[in-house]
Amino acid sequence: MIRAALFSLSVAASAFLAGVAAADTEDVQAGEKVFQKCSGCHQIGKGAEHRIGPHLNGLFGRPAASYDDFRYSKSFQRAGAGGLEWHADTLDVFLENPRSMASATRMSFRGIKDADDRANLIAYLRTFSDNPADIPEADPTATSLSHDLDPTILALVGDPEYGEYLSGECTTCHQSSGSDDGIPSITLWPEEDFVLAMHAYKNKQRNHPVMQMMAGRLGDEEIAALAAYFARLED
Amino acid sequence: MTLNRRTFLGTSAAAAASISAPALLADGHGKPRVVVIGGGSGGATAARYIAKDSKGAIDVTLVEPSRTYFTCYFSNLYLGGFKEMDDLGHTYGNLAAAYGINVVHDWAVDVDRDSKTVSLAGGATLPYDKLILSPGIDFVDGAVEGWSLASQNAMPHAYKAGSQTELLKSQIMNMPEGGTFAMVAPPNPYRCPPGPYERISMIAYQLKQNNPTAKIIVADPKPKFSKMGLFQEGWANHYEGMVDWIGADFGGGNVSVDPANMTVTIDGEETSVDACNVIPAMKAGKIADMAGVTDGNWAPVNAADMSSKADADVHVLGDSSSQGDMPKSGFSANSQAKVCANAVRGALTGSKVFPAKFSNTCWSLISANDGVKVGATYEATPEKIAKVDGFISQTGEDSATRKATYEESEGWYSGIVSDMFG
Repeated sequence: MIRAALFSLSVAASAFLAGVAAADTEDVQAGEKVFQKCSGCHQIGKGAEHRIGPHLNGLFGRPAASYDDFRYSKSFQRAGAGGLEWHADTLDVFLENPRSMASATRMSFRGIKDADDRANLIAYLRTFSDNPADIPEADPTATSLSHDLDPTILALVGDPEYGEYLSGECTTCHQSSGSDDGIPSITLWPEEDFVLAMHAYKNKQRNHPVMQMMAGRLGDEEIAALAAYFARLED
Repeated sequence: MTLNRRTFLGTSAAAAASISAPALLADGHGKPRVVVIGGGSGGATAARYIAKDSKGAIDVTLVEPSRTYFTCYFSNLYLGGFKEMDDLGHTYGNLAAAYGINVVHDWAVDVDRDSKTVSLAGGATLPYDKLILSPGIDFVDGAVEGWSLASQNAMPHAYKAGSQTELLKSQIMNMPEGGTFAMVAPPNPYRCPPGPYERISMIAYQLKQNNPTAKIIVADPKPKFSKMGLFQEGWANHYEGMVDWIGADFGGGNVSVDPANMTVTIDGEETSVDACNVIPAMKAGKIADMAGVTDGNWAPVNAADMSSKADADVHVLGDSSSQGDMPKSGFSANSQAKVCANAVRGALTGSKVFPAKFSNTCWSLISANDGVKVGATYEATPEKIAKVDGFISQTGEDSATRKATYEESEGWYSGIVSDMFG
């Protein structure tokens, strides 16, 4: 019965996608509404300027933290230096949970959990790029990505004792006191954020060679254990 | 029998921590005892982790002659003018006060593995259940013709940070205009593979500002070295024409020095020098030899727990150990110390022992805000510590990346010293 329901949904989806123009318009209109969550800090469109956050014209294909006339957080500067570029896939990961990509971003926004809202918002943002039609096919329709971690991974209950042992690999650089100079704090993060960030490195959506290497050899249980340990750490 | 603790605790909190430790029993049925020799990246980390994680169940004594430990890492940045010597000095007060470690400032002069005791220069004897040796490096006698430890004032090694580093810097700063600085680089394996070349970079940086017509000659017994492409690119970009690196293929290994006359002879050609840094071939710190756990220059260990291949109750960490693929670095020693601490605690208190995981990253500074890095992760196999995965900075990276790498190295420095000293 569930399978039948899924089947009919996917038929509906195909039919929907067939009318591309209509779908795009709807996405964009819905995205414009979602953008109201952003417009307190970000301007977009004709005459847009940097305000609390940078303006968002021409976002697609642009390296993160690349405006010389905007003061980015160190976290964003690192992400940009590490090669982060804005495309549908990276925007989708970022918008779901900004801290998963730039842990100390000054953008105080908790993220958009609904995948459709994000897809619509990204479609809206895309219309303010110079040549939206030139954006590669993969860009405009943000689909669910690996940050939609298997719920069983997010549901794993980490063993803080194991996490404490494993944390030795982290604390050579990240201070357990949470002090942040040159290397970001990872102390007292909500477990879900920690797990998402580590998997973003592991899946190479988030750029940093050391972290990609470190996360790359950690299993799901180990990441959960570390998340459990750092979430409870008291100093 | 009484354990003669030569503690030098500075605070009442530390004294309380010390007094609250129960007295040891002569037959060893008191608290298990761990003695750590050497308070650097391996030893301080091991002592701290064992004390911290055993929550008082293990009596930890750390033997280290220096009251202030100067890190070798970042000492090149002192030569370049990016750090003060005070930035590199760390003391042991917190390990005593916050973790209850018995910090003994004395030299370990002998290890008796049959009676499981360590003798100190001051006359005390420390019994142990597990001994951790992390004594760093010593130099191989006669490694560079014409040089011995007696020449270290004329031609400093500066490969143990502190007064030697200060001496080298003052000699560089006092070079005559257009003078010549020479380095005799060490053969593999040695502490901090990129260290000599970061040092060349930092000295070049210093000279470029204060003595721009000065020259640098490097005599190297190796045909290539760590991060070679990155350093050579950096030397060409920042210090064009200043650095003359003579590798093994061009006679760099055929070198002798005359400290009395300040000359260096490379492949038969004698050059007068105004300052000279001789970094001789290295071997395990002397106490590892005295303990009888070395084979040749280094102490072979089992990868799973860093225990000596000669004695399961003796562990050897860091530069002194021969373990496989990890470079000799502070980061490596710190990483090995945590694996060792977990295993030692498990053996003495029955706590859970997790599988060994190791990692290392070495950052080097080439010029202001021009940082590069190389790193890898490792696992324990029955034969050795084996490399799993790694990365290295690329030539031609943009300046923002290099700046971020340098800032990251500063973050790492703060991180590792707080991981060692609490």
